[in-house]
Amino acid sequence: MTHKIYTTKILKTIIETNNVKTILFKHPDSINPGEFYMIWIPDVDEIPMSVSIINSDIKGITFRIVGEATEALYQKTINDKIGIRGPYGNGFSLDGNKILFVAGGTGIAMIFPAVAHTVKQGKEVSVIVGAKTKKELFFIQRLKQINANVYVTTDDGTEGFKGFATQKAEELIADQNFDSVFTCGPEMMMKSLYQICDSKDIIFEASLERYMKCGAGLCGQCVVGNGLRVCVEGPVFSKSKLKEIKDFGVFNRDASGKKTYFHQ
Amino acid sequence: MVDLSTKIGSLSLPNPTILASGIMDEDSGSMKRILDSGAGAVVTKSIGLKPRAGHPNPTFVELDHGILNAMGLPNPGINAYLEELKEMKSYKGIIIGSIFGSISEDFVYIARKMSSFVDAFELNLSCPHAKGYGLEIGQNPSFVAEITKTVTDSVSQPVFVKLSAQVNDISKIGIAAEKAGSAGIVAINTLKAMSINLDLETPVLGNILGGYSGEAIKPIGVRSVFELYRHVTIPIIGVGGITTGEDAIEYIMAGASGVQIGTALYHRGVNVFKQICNEIKNWMSDHDYDSITDLIGVAHQ
Repeated sequence: MTHKIYTTKILKTIIETNNVKTILFKHPDSINPGEFYMIWIPDVDEIPMSVSIINSDIKGITFRIVGEATEALYQKTINDKIGIRGPYGNGFSLDGNKILFVAGGTGIAMIFPAVAHTVKQGKEVSVIVGAKTKKELFFIQRLKQINANVYVTTDDGTEGFKGFATQKAEELIADQNFDSVFTCGPEMMMKSLYQICDSKDIIFEASLERYMKCGAGLCGQCVVGNGLRVCVEGPVFSKSKLKEIKDFGVFNRDASGKKTYFHQ
Repeated sequence: MVDLSTKIGSLSLPNPTILASGIMDEDSGSMKRILDSGAGAVVTKSIGLKPRAGHPNPTFVELDHGILNAMGLPNPGINAYLEELKEMKSYKGIIIGSIFGSISEDFVYIARKMSSFVDAFELNLSCPHAKGYGLEIGQNPSFVAEITKTVTDSVSQPVFVKLSAQVNDISKIGIAAEKAGSAGIVAINTLKAMSINLDLETPVLGNILGGYSGEAIKPIGVRSVFELYRHVTIPIIGVGGITTGEDAIEYIMAGASGVQIGTALYHRGVNVFKQICNEIKNWMSDHDYDSITDLIGVAHQ
């Protein structure tokens, strides 16, 4: 196992919303849905990013501007070079035949390849895409094109169901017999979903996000619970693991390792 | 039956493998997992007075024969870290508290705060990539002696000093530490190094300079332990590129009473401690050794 830096040129960029962009590049190694790369933006930073598009040699990442690194990455254009390490981590099991994916915010970027994969396998796949408002939605057309059942929710009702993705999920879970629920999004949203699925006989897996440094299991920066590394054992954790992770929905850690509590 | 238990000063370890500082030791959960995975002891992240974010990413580069890192001593500061140590209180296992600082008062302050939770201390006088700390202090025998003495005088636990091989004569620093009351010497830390990406024509690490660890530095670590063993009588803990049981035995033959494992976790996972112990046991059985302590320093005879 070696994960040396692979430098690659940006082949194409796609503006998804006014602050979300997809960048496509060549990377020869295979990657599974839910796994991530460490993306090196030279002279700026190196950040973990889940793969959002898998098309043989061509891979993509999709991100929202949330800080200096994503701002610098957003400014990159065709032929600019970036460095890539990975892939790292483990994606969803994708077990079950009737699957509900729940994506909050930019979580759909990480969820999309898993949806595409399970639809291709002939599974019955539904996806809830939740956003604050219509302008922040992206990937909806792509999801419809691959024939997933798409449910859109917005907090302000400007598109689809007015309310939270979790409300829609609770409704669908009560109505339909899903084998599994896979989620990626804000941690408090995933915690609520976990609570909904906890008592039910249903597979539940959530993709956690933590500050990362090495991305390779050594530095301990992204550890949750009893020594579980989000970069190695995660980022996706099953219901039984989430039960043991006392940090889940409670706190994460800043670059110094200090706890930062989520707003309840 | 092969006996892997070893003594490092007053510490009795069930086996000679110890988690090196800076690897999976920023929180209590990680350290519990490492102890459960078979490590004889764990060393904490190097802790300073205040929260410190460390250097910007990239902080980690994989190279052909080792790993380059420039974490930059990230840590939540002693006050927040005490919460992690408190959670280890009821846990069975030996904890060595690693400390960095710029003057002896910093070391003493942190050591006193840690003292109800740790079994020993390790003074980081060797980190090669943090301005004003580590190696910048640790290459001067009189600084090493002063810090060692003030900490040793302030706490009851054994105090080890972690030294760098990047000095003219590591024995001189080791002798200074021994005279100042150090209970043992940990050698070596990562070696100052850098890497340039040819495609991007730029240094890779955010901090440009970092520390090199892994298999490439093992012969330098073995040499350092060998030289120290000739000049000091206090126990030595060997560290640098130990990936297999045979690597550990090489350090022990050079004079180490224990060994620290870091980079090998990347290659072999958290079970590396058990794996290395099994490999040591097998080697000892094959070579008719009953106790690991019989192997300490045999290369000098």
